[in-house]
Amino acid sequence: MHPAPSVIIFTTLSGLGFGLLAFLCLGYPSVGGIVGFIFFAIGFGLAIGGLLSSTFHLGHPERAIKAFSQWKSSWLSREAWLSLFALALSGIYALGRIFFEIDLAIIGFLSAFFCVATVFATSMIYAQLKTVPRWNSGITPITFLAFSIAGGALLAGQISIALPLLALSGVIQIVSWISADKAFSKSGTNLATATRLTANPNEVRSFESPHTGTNYLLQEFVYKVGRKHSAKLRIIGVILAFGMPIIFLSIPFSHYIALVAIIAHIVGMFIIRWLFFAQAEHVVGLYYGKR
Amino acid sequence: MTLLPEKTEKKLGLVIDLDTCVGCHACVISCKGWNTENYGAPLSDENAFGAEPVGAFLNRIHSYEVTPVDKPAHLVHFPKSCLHCENAPCVTVCPTGASYKRVEDGIVLVNESDCIGCGLCAWACPYGAREMDPVEKVMKKCTLCVDRIYNENLPEEDRVPSCVRTCPAGARHFGDLGDPNSDVSILVEERGGTDLMPEQETLPVNKYLPPRPKNQMDDTDILAPYLEPIANEPHGFFNWLDKTLDGI
Amino acid sequence: MKDQPYIETSPKVSDEIKKTTCYMCACRCGINVHLKDGKVAYIEGNKDHPVNQGVLCAKGSAGIMQVNAPSRLDAPLMRVGPRGSGEFKKISWEEALGLAVEWLKPLKKEAPEKLAFFTGRDQSQSFTSYFAQMFGTPNYAAHGGFCSVNMATAGIYTMGGAFWEFGQPDWDYTKLFILFGVAEDHDSNPIKMGIGKIKERGAKIVGVNPIRTGYNAVADEWLGITPGTDGLLILSLINILIKAGKIDLEYLAKYTNAPVFLDPENGLILKDKNDKPLVKDRITGKVCAFDTKGIQPDLNATYRVRGATSTTVFHDIITKYLSSEYEPEKVAKICGISAKKIRALANEIAKAAFEEVFELPIEWTDFRGEKHKSMKGRPVSFHSMRGVSAHSNGFQTCRALHMLQILLGTVEVPGGFRFKPPYPKPSSIHPKPHFKVKPNAPLDGPHLGFVHGPEDLALDDQGNPVRIDKAFSWENPMSAHGLMHMVISNAYAGDPYKIDTLFMYMANMSWNSSMNTSGVMEMLTDKDDKGDYIIPRIIYSDAYSSEMVAYADLILPDTTYLERHDCISLLDRPISEADGAADAIRWPVIEPDRDVRGFQSVLVDLGARLDLPGFINEDGSPKYRDYADYIVNHLRKPDIGPLAGFRGDGSAEGRGPVNPKQIEAYIENGGFYVSNVPEEAKYFKPWNDAYQDWAVELGLYDSPTPYIFNLYSEPMRKFQLAAEGIGERLPPEHLKDQLKKVMSPLPIWYSTEPDNEEKCEYPIHALTQRPMAMYHSWGSQNAWLRQIHGLNPLYVPTKIMKDYNLKTGDWVKLSSTHNSITVPVAEMASLNENTVWTWNAIGKRKGAWALDPNAPEATKGFLLNHLIHELQPKKDDGHRWSNSDPVTGQAAWFDLKVKLEKTTAPKESQPSFEEIKSPVGIGPKSISWKVRS
Ligand SMILES: Nc1nc2c(c(=O)[nH]1)N[C@H]1C(S)=C(S)[C@@H](COP(=O)(O)OP(=O)(O)OC[C@H]3O[C@@H](n4cnc5c(=O)[nH]c(N)nc54)[C@H](O)[C@@H]3O)O[C@H]1N2
Ligand SMILES: Nc1nc2c(c(=O)[nH]1)N[C@H]1C(S)=C(S)[C@@H](COP(=O)(O)OP(=O)(O)OC[C@H]3O[C@@H](n4cnc5c(=O)[nH]c(N)nc54)[C@H](O)[C@@H]3O)O[C@H]1N2
Ligand code: SF4
Ligand code: SF4
Ligand code: SF4
Ligand code: SF4
Ligand code: SF4
Ligand SMILES: [Mo]
Repeated sequence: MHPAPSVIIFTTLSGLGFGLLAFLCLGYPSVGGIVGFIFFAIGFGLAIGGLLSSTFHLGHPERAIKAFSQWKSSWLSREAWLSLFALALSGIYALGRIFFEIDLAIIGFLSAFFCVATVFATSMIYAQLKTVPRWNSGITPITFLAFSIAGGALLAGQISIALPLLALSGVIQIVSWISADKAFSKSGTNLATATRLTANPNEVRSFESPHTGTNYLLQEFVYKVGRKHSAKLRIIGVILAFGMPIIFLSIPFSHYIALVAIIAHIVGMFIIRWLFFAQAEHVVGLYYGKR
Repeated sequence: MTLLPEKTEKKLGLVIDLDTCVGCHACVISCKGWNTENYGAPLSDENAFGAEPVGAFLNRIHSYEVTPVDKPAHLVHFPKSCLHCENAPCVTVCPTGASYKRVEDGIVLVNESDCIGCGLCAWACPYGAREMDPVEKVMKKCTLCVDRIYNENLPEEDRVPSCVRTCPAGARHFGDLGDPNSDVSILVEERGGTDLMPEQETLPVNKYLPPRPKNQMDDTDILAPYLEPIANEPHGFFNWLDKTLDGI
Repeated sequence: MKDQPYIETSPKVSDEIKKTTCYMCACRCGINVHLKDGKVAYIEGNKDHPVNQGVLCAKGSAGIMQVNAPSRLDAPLMRVGPRGSGEFKKISWEEALGLAVEWLKPLKKEAPEKLAFFTGRDQSQSFTSYFAQMFGTPNYAAHGGFCSVNMATAGIYTMGGAFWEFGQPDWDYTKLFILFGVAEDHDSNPIKMGIGKIKERGAKIVGVNPIRTGYNAVADEWLGITPGTDGLLILSLINILIKAGKIDLEYLAKYTNAPVFLDPENGLILKDKNDKPLVKDRITGKVCAFDTKGIQPDLNATYRVRGATSTTVFHDIITKYLSSEYEPEKVAKICGISAKKIRALANEIAKAAFEEVFELPIEWTDFRGEKHKSMKGRPVSFHSMRGVSAHSNGFQTCRALHMLQILLGTVEVPGGFRFKPPYPKPSSIHPKPHFKVKPNAPLDGPHLGFVHGPEDLALDDQGNPVRIDKAFSWENPMSAHGLMHMVISNAYAGDPYKIDTLFMYMANMSWNSSMNTSGVMEMLTDKDDKGDYIIPRIIYSDAYSSEMVAYADLILPDTTYLERHDCISLLDRPISEADGAADAIRWPVIEPDRDVRGFQSVLVDLGARLDLPGFINEDGSPKYRDYADYIVNHLRKPDIGPLAGFRGDGSAEGRGPVNPKQIEAYIENGGFYVSNVPEEAKYFKPWNDAYQDWAVELGLYDSPTPYIFNLYSEPMRKFQLAAEGIGERLPPEHLKDQLKKVMSPLPIWYSTEPDNEEKCEYPIHALTQRPMAMYHSWGSQNAWLRQIHGLNPLYVPTKIMKDYNLKTGDWVKLSSTHNSITVPVAEMASLNENTVWTWNAIGKRKGAWALDPNAPEATKGFLLNHLIHELQPKKDDGHRWSNSDPVTGQAAWFDLKVKLEKTTAPKESQPSFEEIKSPVGIGPKSISWKVRS
């Protein structure tokens, strides 16, 4: 799939943002006043910034409001509603915290729930797609949730929680790659089922494309990352997103070091998300003799 | 709207005969012409005269080579447009309701004024049947020429999709695949019509008729009586000729 | 649950429909042009039209992008920069026509042959040739010589018509259809419709073609033949069928010259005093004229003449083709098809022709007076085009194919092959070539025609060619369509003489329609010692900014096809189908928005300005207002004009006085006219009284002209005799051996391969095919079509890919004896093992067609033409023979042999040329085209 920056920014930042908000709303850390303001501002900034970025992907952002209408069937619509709830409730909770130093625990709890649910909905947009076998798996929401919670813990400064979560996330990511690498061939979709011209996928090949130039489908769905490239990027991604933060957080704490850990995590997450899109192969590529 | 109707009154769709399609792209351009001037925004082309033209088309002709180990390879031209799936994933993912499946005939359409151009429906379609319009930035797909097939301004015989009307080889058939007695259903039955990517569980309405077996001649018995020689040299031939002519 | 948006399912389609004729190729389908606010909104096929019956190909539907193409020329142009630069200034029509008259008038008065007028892909040849004839130059032809003259000529000499515009398979009844060397053909839509019909009936299709795409891809059987060897395959099929006695003796005896006697002395046909071939009647044993009433000609008769025994043509055929050299085992290796498969094909043919015989209950009477209760059908049909004809042995191969059809008795019978009126028309009633030049006077007759012996050649008293293209000379005696591909190189070489003005119309000669493209560009721009161009003046008419525009001195911009009158005439290349004679018009369904004029109207104007007879009245005033006026009022013979329909008071067909309202009547009728062949005249046309009478009535013949098919070609024998040294006009020494061989009166096969050394050095055949969605060079200016074919890889068979360690996307250097090109490759499995190919004419020159100079057409696309020279490499005899068929001069595009080497990817495909300056700029960035919702 085409690794569109807007979507990478969206999934990375909003995942972190909602993760952070979830922790803040559960009172980890329980902060108020100016410190609370900064924490919440970061949380909202990331979540809203991510959401806004996602609208750059739209052909008609001015009609975005319409995306709320189909919550019965569409995960994107559900995500829109859930994020709205999450932002509204955590907004109320944050107001209480920052200006009144009160802990609206029930609202906080609900906020955290909706934050996590939003991330889940985001993940389901991808996980539901049978057309992208690499995403079409239960592991996809698990990774999204794990990264969001681990990242949230990291940003929230919950080092004792963040450490195991980051480690776990790393493991989940690796496991997910191992299974995702086999997903396309295991999906049962191949050029033979796509064309029904023979039972044996090795006995059919694409001869000529319907058009010699490119088109929306090729631009959007057929993106090739070099094999060697992707292996290297995976290692760098995991080290930055999980390895470095774990190391930095394991050494005596300093704000600078924490900052470096966070930056490493975010950069690592961008790489991982870039790979998430760039490596995802849509079955339509089969029709073009490409994957 | 993004929920799929439980049942549609008809299942209108296309039956495409891969044994007959010569790959001429006539249907592609006819479709482009009709749908540029009719339903929704015109199908636009970016960099139309430039280095990398990208236009929106609703119908495209692929071609594949089938390469069996023990027979000569053969080429198949393969038209592809929206299959108007019964279980259309492109519809259910749509957040705005712009994508919907019509109750009366099962046609899957995009209501362009509701479309936000998120592209998700194209992600969900396994067949590559949806293309974003490069200028209008709304999702485009085969309309089954919904503005032709019921159009009372057209003579009755012309109330078929543009691509069907134009196909010179007659490789495209249009009808109600929900009616087992329709011409198209009978054709599908007779010729063993198939679904593309059945494992995707989209339940396509459009069907593909597979190419008939090829290269059967290789197995012809060369000792067939037709070619039993009656003469190997002119003399023998003329003897035979005289006898035969006398018999006439 | 029905909260669906409302949609208008019954919108108004358009304000009005105007019916005219498509021009995107020579198929000439009927179209309905839908207009909104007077603008073209949608184009669809016309259901009533005899050619396409409603269907339309990709090019036809894309017409809207063609009439609005940014590449359209918009005013007359005069060259200001050097030739080839593309630098022009716009001038007025008055200036343009004034200049043309200034150049041409002196030529007309003093030396009309100094004008060479060649009209390329012209659909108005009966008119353009009339102009040339009235001008007085012998130098006129259209593109037929580089296109398919082998096919046309072999068919007409053999049976009075050929494939393509001349005839078609009997799609409704045929059970076995065999297609030789066709990718697309002129009969584009009808062939596809026919294939559809065959498929619907479950009948069988066999494709004989090195490449298996398109029609061949849907064929049930495929014979991936080695290029240039079809003749041998066909003769082998004939060998098997004769051995098995699977030939139609009755048909041969009645309808062909098989029973005709040959003079034992010289091989000419024995004739009676009325010049009618002699046969022996099997009933009475009497020798008499072939058309004597009531006789049954004997195939195996003998006859004593002047003390020697004369045998029949049939006798010669049997002895010749039973020879072991044609046995499948002998030909298999050369053809690249196993003996088993050749036998299997013969078997299929025999089975269909002789076991599936059927009868149509139609009574008819033949020319010998015999009444037939029914029409017997043999459901085997063939079709063939340039795969066979564009080889230097193409004429004889086409002859062989016709012989096979005739031996099977499948020509003009139900289920076989059927002529389209005005065909059948034997070569003997076609005109002969005319070439007598007299300054300030018209030529003595039409330029092109059919020679019947050395006496008809266009030679002067010294035996030199009279025509600039050397048509009808010893080098290519039967060149019935001229040799457009030799005009520029002959004019450049001053051989046979120098010309002054080259006037061309609709031919992209500096690009895809020339062999040796780079060489041609040089010839067009080269100057003599005095600094003058060697070809002094070039006038050109194009509608678009093609590559050729840059090489002309004066451009007469044409309209597009929807903006002018045109006439698709029975006098020329009609659009008939087997069941009816048809002609058609184009008319301005929209008005031009530029300063352009229909080329034919410009010729009408020029003709008058040049005082050409036929274009002026007695008082010197212009005879016709414009082309439309000519179409209606011109008479070729009394009562016969360009259009056959609605003559006289509007009810006369074929013959009739001028009808001033004729064009309106055509428009009313959908732009065309069909006269249906009566039921009892549908088959056996050359011998069928009912058909002959109908054809005379319609004006196709002057009088009934029944004839027999020429399995044995006497005109060819005459040329062969001359080469043997017999006769009054003899060929030059160096051509004798060649003529003796190739002018064989019975079909032969000879190899097109170069001699051995080169054969090993250049082992691979290289071909082109037409893409169905592109028309030669001009599809690329079409925003829709160019997205389908924007570049062309070289397709390479799997075996060669492996041998050369190639992957799709790699680049190779492809070389011939003449030149080399560097191009990208792609793998193809269903391809002859020794053949590479590419799509024709996709490569474009930078700056042409209003395309961005970085367009893939210009950076990755390529032409194979650079590898093909108009002359062959020097032979042992020291001569560089023309790269054409020695019988007809047909350009041998497909004889090309190459070698390849893997190479690193260059920046652009090679050779690449400098950008030409576009006289129209570059097209807009995006198109979002809708006239009105
Ligand atoms: N390698 C290779 N070369 C080939 C062939 C091949 O098979 N292989 N095929 C050969 C054959 S058979 C042919 S016929 C030739 C064809 O080659 P060309 O005769 O060059 O044919 P086109 O490319 O159609 O170009 C004709 C010109 O007509 C112009 N034109 C189009 N419409 C109009 C109009 O309405 N009015 C006027 N005045 N001009 C117009 C176009 O702009 C173009 O410049 O190519 C030959 N060249
Ligand atoms: N769409 C479209 N239609 C066109 C044209 C166009 O440019 N585009 N051009 C028109 C013109 S001018 C012409 S002349 C016609 C030509 O129409 P076609 O005769 O179909 O011409 P080509 O496309 O050159 O195809 C030649 C075919 O012959 C095969 N071939 C080559 N050598 C041999 C051989 O030795 N033996 C056999 N058996 N096959 C061989 C090639 O593989 C190819 O399939 O098409 C006309 N129609
Ligand atoms: S083919 Fe694709 S776009 Fe059409 S209904 Fe099926 S899933 Fe939707
Ligand atoms: S692109 Fe338009 S039709 Fe497709 S899912 Fe998004 S809103 Fe719906
Ligand atoms: S049915 Fe209509 S919209 Fe669909 S592919 Fe055919 S022409 Fe195009
Ligand atoms: S028009 Fe018909 S034959 Fe041509 S590509 Fe389309 S389906 Fe195939
Ligand atoms: S075959 Fe196509 S381009 Fe040629 S005349 Fe017919 S519709 Fe036009
Ligand atoms: Mo041609």
